[in-house]
Amino acid sequence: MGRYVARRLLLTIPVLFGASFLIFAMVYALPGDPIRALGGDRPLAPAVVAQLKEQYNLNDPLGVQYLKYLGNLAQGDFGTDFRGRPVLETISQRLPITIKLTVVAIAIEAVIGIIAGVLAGIRRNSFFDNVVLVSTTLVVSIPILVLAFVAQFVFGLKLGLFPISGAQEGWYSFILPGLVLASGSLAYVARLTRTSVAENMRADYVRTARAKGLPNRTVVVRHTLRNSLIPVITFVGADIGTLLGGAIVTESVFNLPGIGRAIFDAVRAQEGAVVVGIVTLMVFFFIFFNLVVDVLYAVLDPRIRYE
Amino acid sequence: MSDPKLTTLGHDETGAGTVTPPAEESADVAGTQNSLWSDAWRQLRRNVLFWIGATLGLLFVLIALFPKVFARGADPRDCSLSLSGQAPSAEHWFGFDQQGCDYMANVAFGARNSLIIGLLAVAVILVLGVLVGALSGFFGGLVDSLLSRVADIFYALPLILGALVVLRSGFLGRGVVAVAIALAAFGWMTAMRLVRSQVIAVKSSDYVAAARAMGASNSRILVRHILPNAVAPVLVYATITVGVLIAAEATLTFLGVGLQRPAISWGLQIDAGQRLLRTAPHLVLFPSLILTMTVMAFVMMGDALRDALDPRQRS
Repeated sequence: MGRYVARRLLLTIPVLFGASFLIFAMVYALPGDPIRALGGDRPLAPAVVAQLKEQYNLNDPLGVQYLKYLGNLAQGDFGTDFRGRPVLETISQRLPITIKLTVVAIAIEAVIGIIAGVLAGIRRNSFFDNVVLVSTTLVVSIPILVLAFVAQFVFGLKLGLFPISGAQEGWYSFILPGLVLASGSLAYVARLTRTSVAENMRADYVRTARAKGLPNRTVVVRHTLRNSLIPVITFVGADIGTLLGGAIVTESVFNLPGIGRAIFDAVRAQEGAVVVGIVTLMVFFFIFFNLVVDVLYAVLDPRIRYE
Repeated sequence: MSDPKLTTLGHDETGAGTVTPPAEESADVAGTQNSLWSDAWRQLRRNVLFWIGATLGLLFVLIALFPKVFARGADPRDCSLSLSGQAPSAEHWFGFDQQGCDYMANVAFGARNSLIIGLLAVAVILVLGVLVGALSGFFGGLVDSLLSRVADIFYALPLILGALVVLRSGFLGRGVVAVAIALAAFGWMTAMRLVRSQVIAVKSSDYVAAARAMGASNSRILVRHILPNAVAPVLVYATITVGVLIAAEATLTFLGVGLQRPAISWGLQIDAGQRLLRTAPHLVLFPSLILTMTVMAFVMMGDALRDALDPRQRS
């Protein structure tokens, strides 16, 4: 196990650097002059422009800029944006919003997805099973963008149940965006659970349990569910890593100042340091949670052994 | 379809200095393939969801090809401000947008860009995915490690974010082709992994060993024996992905980095409409509805195709 984790950690290094360099190079290629844009209508003095360019290493070639950036990053310095605000400050201010959104979305997808999947799986081809199948196809097909506006219009404007913009009302503000963000994964969790439960219901150990005369409840909860949920838990775990990277569309439509919104604004304003900093963090979350899930798999399923 | 194939195969292999067994072996391959696809078609024909998806998909393609017919004679650019934001009526089913243009005409004319971008991006994804996946799986070793790491790097970046930065950087421009390429650049990894795993699975099979023993070249083994096995999962993936990418295009355009006016696109319509969500909700509703139905068409067809092509699902 230790060797497996070590090997996986080694493999993540090129991915982390590769992804951050990829983004760095693309941001480097962004058109226009961010320094000139800083001045607005009044052009900055040439000396100021030169000094700023020097300060942000804008005169260096791409490779040198990236290496300098990495050097600072190694010392825990994410750099500053062109207004002098540390990127780390932006991240630490925006991350709590994204974390809250992620918590709500994961809770929704896990609870509703698993319940729907289990009910559909234990009675395959029943009415409820078909409802789950059709509704998951529907949900998967609705683009998040569309779902966000439908939710805003129906639950926010028409029914007035939820706030549709901003994060002023605490956790309550996150329910609607969380539901929208979770929808795709929710459908996937429901299907995954359904398939897994349906498969395990036919397994020999379930038949044995029934033959012993155990009540249906015990058979389903103790025998089927425990085994069926392993792939589901790993999916949900990996999803945490994806969602923590921020949701550009959901955060934009619901006006939540999280990581996704920050990166969108930064791409628009050509704030290279902010974009690269957040993407590096995002890739880190993604890799970390995938690794955790892979290790967790071995803990949950003793049949799997890593060398 | 198997007959002409067989004869050419036979000639090739007799030319390579072998006698009867190879012809029989390839006859087997062609036979199983045939029955896989005809079985799948028999399965598909009975699937209601497939027919719903296919009908929606056909409707969408027709709209994209002949938008004038579906615009019911209205010109999408013939606008009159006095009609701004009018609600749907018997004459103008989708109402009017803020500029007073017939909305049904606009939504109909938006289908073409979506279809082109979806198909073009998937075509690029298939070429990239099959090429990289086949190389990676077939040669293994260093080539595989290298290509797989590159795929990992792209995989760690979300599709929308990657395409957003590429399009914002502007070196592709902002047209239909640019959006398609930007989407493909961050969407090829799953196809690559599918092909790679299929190639690895098939590579060690007996019939590949037999073909190699008869002196077949690497490229021949890859093209004739290994890749046909990867067609089924890739086809399912490609069908669903057309829908996913059409949604992604609308999203990018909505975010302001995709297509730009005066292009007609559902993303632009949703973006313009969302500001009037309170007063004229139909401006968001109609393009959203058609967009959703389009995505659904491809998801349903892909789902049905997967069920039909998966022999384990059959009783």
